Amino acid sequence: MLVLDTVSYRYAGAAGDAVTKISLDLRDQEVVGLVGANESGKSTVCLVASGLAPRAIGGVLGGRVLIDGADVAGRPIHELVGTVGICFQNPETQLSGVTETVFEEVAFGPANLGIDRDELVRRTGEALETLGIQGLARRDPRRLSGGQMQLVALAGLLALQPRYLVLDEPTAQLDPAGTRLVGEALQALAQRGSAILIAEHKTDLLAGLCGRIAVLQRGELAMLGGAQEVLADDRLEGLGIAAPVQGRLQRRIDALGLAATSIAPEPGR
Amino acid sequence: MNEPGPEGPLEAPRADSPYHRLNPLTKAVSATVTGIAALVLGGVIGPALLTLVAVIIPAAIAGVLRVLVRTTLLLSLPIGISAVLVNVFFFPAGRDVLLRVGPITATGEGLSLALEVLARILAISGAITLFYLTTRPSDFVADLEHRGVSSRLAFVANASAQTVPQMLERAGSIVAAQRARGLDTEGSIVRRLRALPPLVGPVILGTLGEVEERTMALEARGFSRPGRRTLLRIPADSGVQRLTRWLLVGGLSVLAASRILGVPG
Ligand SMILES: Nc1ncnc2c1ncn2[C@@H]1O[C@H](COP(=O)(O)OP(=O)(O)OP(=O)(O)O)[C@@H](O)[C@H]1O
Ligand SMILES: [Mg+2]
Repeated sequence: MLVLDTVSYRYAGAAGDAVTKISLDLRDQEVVGLVGANESGKSTVCLVASGLAPRAIGGVLGGRVLIDGADVAGRPIHELVGTVGICFQNPETQLSGVTETVFEEVAFGPANLGIDRDELVRRTGEALETLGIQGLARRDPRRLSGGQMQLVALAGLLALQPRYLVLDEPTAQLDPAGTRLVGEALQALAQRGSAILIAEHKTDLLAGLCGRIAVLQRGELAMLGGAQEVLADDRLEGLGIAAPVQGRLQRRIDALGLAATSIAPEPGR
Repeated sequence: MNEPGPEGPLEAPRADSPYHRLNPLTKAVSATVTGIAALVLGGVIGPALLTLVAVIIPAAIAGVLRVLVRTTLLLSLPIGISAVLVNVFFFPAGRDVLLRVGPITATGEGLSLALEVLARILAISGAITLFYLTTRPSDFVADLEHRGVSSRLAFVANASAQTVPQMLERAGSIVAAQRARGLDTEGSIVRRLRALPPLVGPVILGTLGEVEERTMALEARGFSRPGRRTLLRIPADSGVQRLTRWLLVGGLSVLAASRILGVPG
């Protein structure tokens, strides 16, 4: 289990804390959604959970980050990457910039860890296969569509074989086709039992993916609960979050006093 | 779809020839020795012969002669033109007057010096271009890393080598975008120069602004781990190539020494 225990974090040079007293846990095989208005602290929580804050970017961390009960403070980032992996929103800046094929790109992370070469090839192939992008192996990673590139970034993470995946708006910069592509891949990962913490504006994507959802407001945890309840909560709109289309429709229907069952799609459609 | 095997299929497709297949270090040594030798030799005949043997013929073997000539000329044009102008018209000691335009005199000495400079520039840019056209940067870097160069240094070298075409491409797309907004990037040189400043910003800032994101992404992939990385593939080398490299370096040393000691060459 990955646990944030009353975590606060202040960016280097910032006057105040970007997030305050966040307590959140990510159990094995669980998908937790992270929503909130702009600047509410989603990315910051992702950086803290992945260990990049403060290791890679400085700043001050309060509280503790625990993995299986052990405080990770003091462990260098290159030790953590095999346990927690993080994916960002811009697919292009996540490319190493030094590889000419997707295969090399996906292998970049584990190669940095100095693992055995046969193991490297095996892991890379496996990561590509998990996301169904073996067909891209020989392509130039810089010449892919945004969605494909994001899958490559994701595969590069999987090749590190982390137990926990932290995804910061993985579809934010993608067009609808790219969003669908990545959304389906995330579905597949969730079904395989990967533990995922995912920050996302698109609540439609979260609705079918998450077991629980945490809502952030100005750096604090405003809500935490089962995905269904949180997404159906009336306060969501006030917190700057658009509920999934499905939920909004439902409420509109309720408000009009129509019987929901009379117009709900038939099961299996 | 078959799972890609450890060798061949992982590599980016590219043109192939015996010259392409040489070890990257061999090609790098050849380019470096050619460039330095052109400087040391001086004159016009020396560098020209050198260019023929070490650049033109290999380029023909590699099937890249056309691209090489085009790229080399483009590369050396700006320096070449200014070198010719400066030497022809502003060579103070020249007596053999070819042409007089107002206060400016073009002299024969100036012209031959200009030709010498041009010959060197062409040899050097030709050698560099040939290396670029026939060597994947990642292969060169993997080879260096295999020979013990630090991973970090290798990464920086590789990233810089790959950044050049990327920046050119970015510049290309920004130019296209600005042109779509009505910016004049065609026409006379002066008009083009005037259109330049608004283009420089996005090209450079676009690169700098992403640095933090890129750094974090690299850290998240274990880049800061000390120690050696696993190399996916190591470019082949051979005893003959090793010997050739030493002979090239040795030959260059002898040439340089003879020049320094004043032996007429
Ligand atoms: N590098 C930084 N330095 C200083 N302050 C920062 C930095 N990055 C973010 N912040 C601040 O931290 C707070 C939380 O920002 P964060 O980026 O975590 O929000 P977010 O929920 O991810 O927003 P968005 O939806 O726009 O991605 C904001 O007040 C923001 O201004
Ligand atoms: Mg964010």
